[in-house]
Amino acid sequence: MKMRSIADYLSGHPFFADLDAASLSELAGCAINEHIRAGDCLFREGHRADHFYVVTRGRIALELFSPATGQHVLDSAGEGEILDWPWLIPPHRWFFDGRAVAPTSVISLDAACLRGKCDADPRLGYELAMRAAQTMSQRLQATRARLLDMYGTP
Amino acid sequence: MTAAGATRLHPPGSPLVPRPFRVLATRQETADTTTLTIEPTDGIPLAFAAGQFTMLGTFGGAEAPISVTSSPVAGPMEQTIRDMGGVTHDLTTAEPGDMLTVRGPYGTGWNITDGAGGDLVFVAGGIGLAPLRSALLEALANRAAYRRVAVLYGARTPHEQVFRDDLARWAAGDGGIALGVTVDRADRGWTGPVGLVTDLIPGAGFDPDRTLALVCGPEVMMRFVAAALIDAGVPAGRIRISLERNMKCGIGLCGHCQLRELFICTDGPVLPYDKVAGLMTVREL
Repeated sequence: MKMRSIADYLSGHPFFADLDAASLSELAGCAINEHIRAGDCLFREGHRADHFYVVTRGRIALELFSPATGQHVLDSAGEGEILDWPWLIPPHRWFFDGRAVAPTSVISLDAACLRGKCDADPRLGYELAMRAAQTMSQRLQATRARLLDMYGTP
Repeated sequence: MTAAGATRLHPPGSPLVPRPFRVLATRQETADTTTLTIEPTDGIPLAFAAGQFTMLGTFGGAEAPISVTSSPVAGPMEQTIRDMGGVTHDLTTAEPGDMLTVRGPYGTGWNITDGAGGDLVFVAGGIGLAPLRSALLEALANRAAYRRVAVLYGARTPHEQVFRDDLARWAAGDGGIALGVTVDRADRGWTGPVGLVTDLIPGAGFDPDRTLALVCGPEVMMRFVAAALIDAGVPAGRIRISLERNMKCGIGLCGHCQLRELFICTDGPVLPYDKVAGLMTVREL
């Protein structure tokens, strides 16, 4: 059985859709596969965002701990989704914990390597920045809608 | 005027005369939501189309428009009520043996047979799963007529999901349903998605050119879902939503449920999205 390369996987992922093969190959050069056990943290609040993650299996919950009210799950990303944009935008720091709620696999792209590729190839950098902005926009709209607490007030 | 292809079943006799029904069983769905299993005391089953509603009341009390949530083709009649005070409090606290009044059924149905041969996508928010459950059970009774059947359900929290037994069965593969469930808020006990129900649409795997989408939930949620479905390629005319207004007579006479030229009790509650999209954002309509 032929193993699927990281570049192959990225080519079929919505975030990387329609990027040319050379760009995908460049990005794959920054990437490794990682596997996280259920319950383990992929990243923690306040830590440097050294990686950009593409979830290929399982689910990562974005959590925030409050001493008064405990652990809250604010959002999550499953297969085919990405985490997140701190790799791109200063201060390059995670604002939430990222915990696997099931056995989870991610493609982990090194943030410094990615930013280096973007600086070296502004066309690629623009593409990735636009795609990150689109993801941010979608999540912002969804978060605003959730602020309405729609199901609590029919 | 009715929605394209909609079904309207007229009750026998005067449409304003209630029939006595007995409560057979009650099921607590959430802290404020109850499903009643009811039967007519005269033994004549109430024929209804999935998506229609009845005016359900207590003897000597008021009435509320409540969708039928059970299958239109098999099994006992069920209606799911959220306690919003007043008559809905009386209905949600009814007990087996209690007598209720039923008028109807009224309004238009989902008419899922319009989607035969293609994909069906059900998108529900909160208690909006109740009217859709009736159509879903109808589809499952004739499962071979449809290709992919996807159910996307959003709730406030895991504890506020209705029909949890059904959801567990469907998640286990019963009915060949592609099920996605998300919640707005969760604690660590929840391992599923957290986010808006629209987040589930990209992964639902339907063919937008051959999809009939049925959407029910709070109006803002339905607007967001319809926009996401259209972005995914589903034509607005193939999206149906169920609108809720202050129904009183149920037969288009009193005008309480008027939405400009539409009476939701007779032209709806199920309406094609392209027909009502422009009305849903008009203030004070």
